[in-house]
Amino acid sequence: MIGAFNIDWQTLADATALGAIYALMAVGIGLVFGVLRLVNFAYGQLIMAGAFALAVASERNWPLWAAIVLCFVVVLTLSMLLNRLVFRPLRGQSPAVMLVATFAVAFLLQNVALLKFGALGKIATSLTFLNRPVDIGGVEIRKITIVAIVVAAVSLAALHLLLERTTIGLHMRAASMDFDTARLLGVRADRVIGVAVLLSGVLAAIVAVMLTVQTPLVTSDFALHDTIIVLAGVVLGGMNRPIPATLGGFAIGFASGLLGGALPTTQSQYLPTFLFAAVILVLLVRPGGLFDRTASAERV
Amino acid sequence: MRRLIGLQELAGPAVLVVVTGLLGLTVSASTQTYFIDSLVNVSIVVALFVFIGNSGVLSFGHISFVAAGAWTAGVLSVPVAEKAAIMPDLVHFLRETTVGNIPSLALAALVGGLCAMLVALPLMRLSGLAAGIATLGVLEITHNLLQYENRIGPGLNTFSSVPETTGLRQAAIGALLVIGAAYAYGRSRFGRLLRATRDDAPAARAVGVSVYRQRLVAFGLSGLLAGFAGGLYIHLLPLQAGGLYLDLTFITLAMLVIGGANSLWGAVVGALAVSALDSVLAEAESGLSVFGRTIDLHAGTRVVVEGVLMALVLIVRPSGLTGGREFRLPRLRQRATTLDPGPAGSA
Repeated sequence: MIGAFNIDWQTLADATALGAIYALMAVGIGLVFGVLRLVNFAYGQLIMAGAFALAVASERNWPLWAAIVLCFVVVLTLSMLLNRLVFRPLRGQSPAVMLVATFAVAFLLQNVALLKFGALGKIATSLTFLNRPVDIGGVEIRKITIVAIVVAAVSLAALHLLLERTTIGLHMRAASMDFDTARLLGVRADRVIGVAVLLSGVLAAIVAVMLTVQTPLVTSDFALHDTIIVLAGVVLGGMNRPIPATLGGFAIGFASGLLGGALPTTQSQYLPTFLFAAVILVLLVRPGGLFDRTASAERV
Repeated sequence: MRRLIGLQELAGPAVLVVVTGLLGLTVSASTQTYFIDSLVNVSIVVALFVFIGNSGVLSFGHISFVAAGAWTAGVLSVPVAEKAAIMPDLVHFLRETTVGNIPSLALAALVGGLCAMLVALPLMRLSGLAAGIATLGVLEITHNLLQYENRIGPGLNTFSSVPETTGLRQAAIGALLVIGAAYAYGRSRFGRLLRATRDDAPAARAVGVSVYRQRLVAFGLSGLLAGFAGGLYIHLLPLQAGGLYLDLTFITLAMLVIGGANSLWGAVVGALAVSALDSVLAEAESGLSVFGRTIDLHAGTRVVVEGVLMALVLIVRPSGLTGGREFRLPRLRQRATTLDPGPAGSA
C-alpha cells in the first residue's frame, strides 16, 4: 500500500512528526476550550510571537538556552496578558463574541509583528542543525523528526500525569465537564483558568521552537495556517475531551504530511482543497467527531 | 401603526446609506473611493447578517460566496480581446463570453446563491463548532482553487481590465437592494421562523419548524446577496478573487459583531462605523491635518488601532453598538407602546 501511493519511510516519519506537533497545538487549544468554552483563534499568533523571540535571539547570537528561555518568557507573558485583558472580561459571553474577540486579538498581534519586523520577516537559525539527517537502518531521517516525536510524547505524558494525578488536574477536569458545578464544589475559577492558559502557553512555546526548525523563516503569518488546520483537527477529534482532541490534531497533521508527500508536484498546491474536503466529509458522517462513540452531537 | 413601525426598520438603514452616498458626492474623487468602499462593505455585511444574524449560527464561509461572485463578474466582464493576455489558460466557454455590467452583477448573485445552496445542502445539518469549522473549510477550498486554478481565472494575478462601474451610484443602489432584500426576508414567514429557531430551538421544533430547511433558505439567500456584493466589489477595483480570504472574513465579521449581529440596523451601522474609522486611519497614515495639526501615523498602525478598538468594543459592549436592536424613532416607539404593548417592545 505504501508503494502504491508513492510514500516512503521518510515521508511517513515526517508525517508522524507533523502529527506530533499538531497534536501539541490541539491540546493547547483544547485545554483552554475545556475550561473557558472559548476557541482561541489567536493561538497561532502566540506561536508566532515565540518564533520571533527565537529569531531575534539568534540574530543577536544568544546561546541556545537563552533563546529558548526568551521564547518561553514571551509566549507565557503574552498568554497571561491575553487571559487577564481579553478572556476574563469576556467570560460568560456568547461563543460568537468570544471567537470574534480572539479573531481580533489574532489580527492585532499579526499586525503588530508586521509593523515591528516587516513583511520579509526574520530568520531563526539557532536550531537549524536539527535539520541534518541521521541514518536509521538505511533510511535518512532528519533529527528534528525524532526530536519532535520524542518531545511531543514526553509533553503529552507529563500533561496526562498532571491532569490525572494532581489536585489542580482534577479541578481542571471537573471544570471542563461542568464549570458551574465544579465552582459550587469549591474549584476556584480564576486559578483553574489561569493554569489552563499557562499550560496552553507552555505548549505554544514548545511548538514555536519545533516549528522554527522546520520553517526557519518567521513572518507575521507564521503558524496561522497550521492553526486553522489544527482547529479543524480538534473539531474532528472532538473538542470537549483532551485525548480525542489530541488524536484529532495528530490525525490531521499525519494526513496533511502524507498527502503532501503523496501528491504529485503538479497537484501539491491543491493540498488544502483535498485536506478540507476530507474534513468536511468526515464532519458530515460524524458531526460529533471521529472518536465520539456516543454520537451525542447536536444535529439539525 | 404597526406597519409604520416595521417600515422604520427599513427606513433607518436606507436613510443612512443614502446619506453616506450624498456625503460622498461632496468630497474629492480620491476621498470618494472610501465612501464607495464602505457602501460595498454594507452590502457584504448585510449579506452576512441575513444568515448569521437571523440564525445565530456563525459562518466563516461567506467570503467564499463574495469571492465566487467577484470571480463570476470578473471573468465575464473582461473584454474578449484582452482575455488571452490576462488569462491564457482559460477554458473555451469563458474565453468567448463577455457580458455587460448589470448582467454580470445578476450572474454574480446567481453563482453566489448556487454555491451557497450547494454548500448548505449537506452542511446545514451540522451546528455549533462543527458548522463553523466546515464553513471555514469551504473558505479554504475556494481560496485554494481561485488562487491556483488558471483554467478558470487569472490565478494569482488580479482581474485587470474589468470595467470600473461601481461608482457611488452603483454602490449605493446595490447596498439599498441588499438591505431591501434582507428586510423583506426578515419580515417574511421564513425570517420569522428562523429567528424563532435562534431564540428557542426546542420550542420552534415543537411547533413543527424545520431548523434545517429554514437555515437552508437563509444560507442560500445570504450567499446570493454575498455574490452580488462580490460583483460590486470587483467592479470597484481590480481584485484577485482568491485574495478575498481571511482578512476580509475577519473585518466583515467584526463589523457585524461590533454593530450588533442581531439586527439589520446593527449590520449597517457596524459596516459604516468600522469603514469610517478605517478610512480616517488610512488617511492619517499618509498625513492628515486636523484643525491645523498634522497627524502622520506609521504605515500599518491602522490595523493595530482597529484591532484594539474591536477588542474593546467587544469587551465593553458585547451585544454591539446598537445592542442588536432594530432602528426605531424614539417618539414612535413611545406611542406604540401605549397603543399596542405587545410586539413593539420586543427587540
